[in-house]
Amino acid sequence: MEVVLITLLNGLVYGMLLFMLASGLTLIFSMMGVLNFAHASIYMIGAYLAYTVSKFVGFFPALIIAPILCGLIGAAIEVWGLRRVHHNGHIAELLFTFGLVFIVQRGVQMVWGMLPMAYRVPPSLDFPLFTLYGGNFPAYRGFMLLVSAAMLLGTWVLLKKTRIGLIIQAALTHPQMVSALGHNVPRVFTIVFAGGCLLAGLAGVIGGNYQTTEPGMADAMGPIVFVVVVFGGLGSLSGCFIASIVMGLIQTIAVVVNYSLNDLIRPLGFTISGDNLLAEILTVPVARIGALLPFAMMILILLFRPRGLLGTRDT
Amino acid sequence: MTARNSRVALIWVIAILIAIAAPWAFYNYSTGRQSGFVVGMLSQMGLMAILALSYNMLLGQAGLFSLCHATFFGIGGYATIHFLTMAGNGTLPIPLELVPFLSGLSGLGLAIVFGFMAAKQRATAFAMITLGIGELMTTAALMFQHFFGGEGGVKSDRMIGHSLFALKYASGIQVYYLIVAWTVISALAMFYLTRTPLGRMANATRDNFERAQFIGYDPRTVRLMQFALSGFFAGIGGGLYAITYEIVTFDALAAPLSANALLMAYIGGSAVFGGPVLGAVLITLLQSGVSLMSNSWLVYVGVLFICMVIFAPNGIMGLVMAHQPIARAGKMRLLLLPYVRVLIPGLLLLFGFVGLVELTSFLTIGAAQGKSLVLYGRKIDVNTVMPWAISAVALLVGGAWLRIEARAFQRVWEKLMTELMPARVAA
Repeated sequence: MEVVLITLLNGLVYGMLLFMLASGLTLIFSMMGVLNFAHASIYMIGAYLAYTVSKFVGFFPALIIAPILCGLIGAAIEVWGLRRVHHNGHIAELLFTFGLVFIVQRGVQMVWGMLPMAYRVPPSLDFPLFTLYGGNFPAYRGFMLLVSAAMLLGTWVLLKKTRIGLIIQAALTHPQMVSALGHNVPRVFTIVFAGGCLLAGLAGVIGGNYQTTEPGMADAMGPIVFVVVVFGGLGSLSGCFIASIVMGLIQTIAVVVNYSLNDLIRPLGFTISGDNLLAEILTVPVARIGALLPFAMMILILLFRPRGLLGTRDT
Repeated sequence: MTARNSRVALIWVIAILIAIAAPWAFYNYSTGRQSGFVVGMLSQMGLMAILALSYNMLLGQAGLFSLCHATFFGIGGYATIHFLTMAGNGTLPIPLELVPFLSGLSGLGLAIVFGFMAAKQRATAFAMITLGIGELMTTAALMFQHFFGGEGGVKSDRMIGHSLFALKYASGIQVYYLIVAWTVISALAMFYLTRTPLGRMANATRDNFERAQFIGYDPRTVRLMQFALSGFFAGIGGGLYAITYEIVTFDALAAPLSANALLMAYIGGSAVFGGPVLGAVLITLLQSGVSLMSNSWLVYVGVLFICMVIFAPNGIMGLVMAHQPIARAGKMRLLLLPYVRVLIPGLLLLFGFVGLVELTSFLTIGAAQGKSLVLYGRKIDVNTVMPWAISAVALLVGGAWLRIEARAFQRVWEKLMTELMPARVAA
């Protein structure tokens, strides 16, 4: 029982972190049609910047400063990079962000080195929040949940209740009309891109000390975030939310499940033994293939529902 | 055959002759041996040329941005290791020269399976699905011992003692010629494919998939067929890879190789059939040359790639082709001076950029390795201000100067183009 509860909570924390990344990606995608491959790279930059900034002014100011810096980087990428390749079509934009991944990857290693950073949980949050049946739940994870919930609320209010949110929503579907009404659509694009990068940076700040801040973190996170966005349906924010939580839960729960496909079909009277590939696939415990599950699920959903969970449109 | 076609054919023949002759240019007559490094690098070029050409069947010809191309290369490699083992113990009676064909078939098989999932979508969604497929296969390769051998990979021996030409394939040079032969065959087949209705329809779905639908073709089928065939050729490349190295690990199907395929096809020029080959040769040279000298070669490749995306979307071949009307009018010498004028600030910019990148990366990576920095042929102390200042000034001055010169160059270029336009229309 205690395992289930703690695992659920951990899954929720991870899922919210995924959502923080995936929401920015979805917003950018649905508005500009650009899939930002460098999104996970911004997440990595956020973690590294948070480490450096928190060395000077402490963790909590860094929680604000580092995402803002990431947002500025995002704005710069949009204004000086993406906008220039826009007229060459979507493939060119994709390729551009793809090139950024390389540069950020090596750039981070150039500036901060190859070794993991000593970016730790701040001491004021480094205590067990509560104890459940002997299992501890760290306060920092509670803080992560708090930050991501606040971010979810903040984004929702911004999009639904403010004027700029209205314009953004309108520009998602009818950019020409919004432009004709006298709004500066390219500037809205810049704001959305910067906002998405800001969220990725925020995820980096709180994710950097939850996982490890090292040059491989973008590569580890990137594919999962893309899977989340595809699974939830391209361009759907609510689908993205559900997908993030589902993926977070699945990945954390998979680690503690020690059953295999073989156990599933054993009651039917089949037993598998032998030394071949099929037997290996059938007898491998779920705990070992946890990393594989998101991709397998993505392929499954694409087979039965190519638009994703709540997707409304094809590309 | 028109004059233009025969000239293109001539270039291809010359390229093949160079590929055949290249190892002998580095032949060491005193020891009577080939240079192992050169033969290894040339073999790698051949493998990468197949990979890049097959990738361009998607990117250039069908407008599909795939991120799992290495999957089919890798599966060809893994399957070939098992084929070699089977051929070695006599259960599979096949000469080594034909093994890559089987590798191609295994690539084709997997590409059909994954093609069913990926070909439903195009553009961005296609890219994301292929990314997922690539990650799925990489994770699976690390996880399952039987076929993939886990982290250690699978090994075999290419000397199976069964050959069409009674060759043993003990030396690298014999394998190199096998690679050249298969590269030429694959390139010819892929070129022929561009002339078939399928190749034409792939172009049509790339340019305007709605219109292609109206003609009565299902773009999904076209995409699927193109995807499957490119998987076939990638599998051939993977098979040759397995024969060359006799070991295949998950590196052969992981994301960096897929990215490499993209870089090679794009930098070489995806709009021209031969572009990817040029890209493969260039990137392999960079990889084995620059990576020996510098830790940060990926930064250079990344910056080169982004510059190409912004300024030269048709790649190096596209740049070359753009000069064709001017060369035909015999006015190349008018461009000579503007080129020199762009080149000088360009070199200055490059000097400053390389300096800054090397200095920064030395501070973190190089210093940890306990080396001293040697830049432009002299030892440099990273902790003094001078090298940083010189590089920064070179970067800024070069950048500003290049902007001015580039504008002047553009004026000359456009003037030439408008002069030549009427001539082109009349012709």
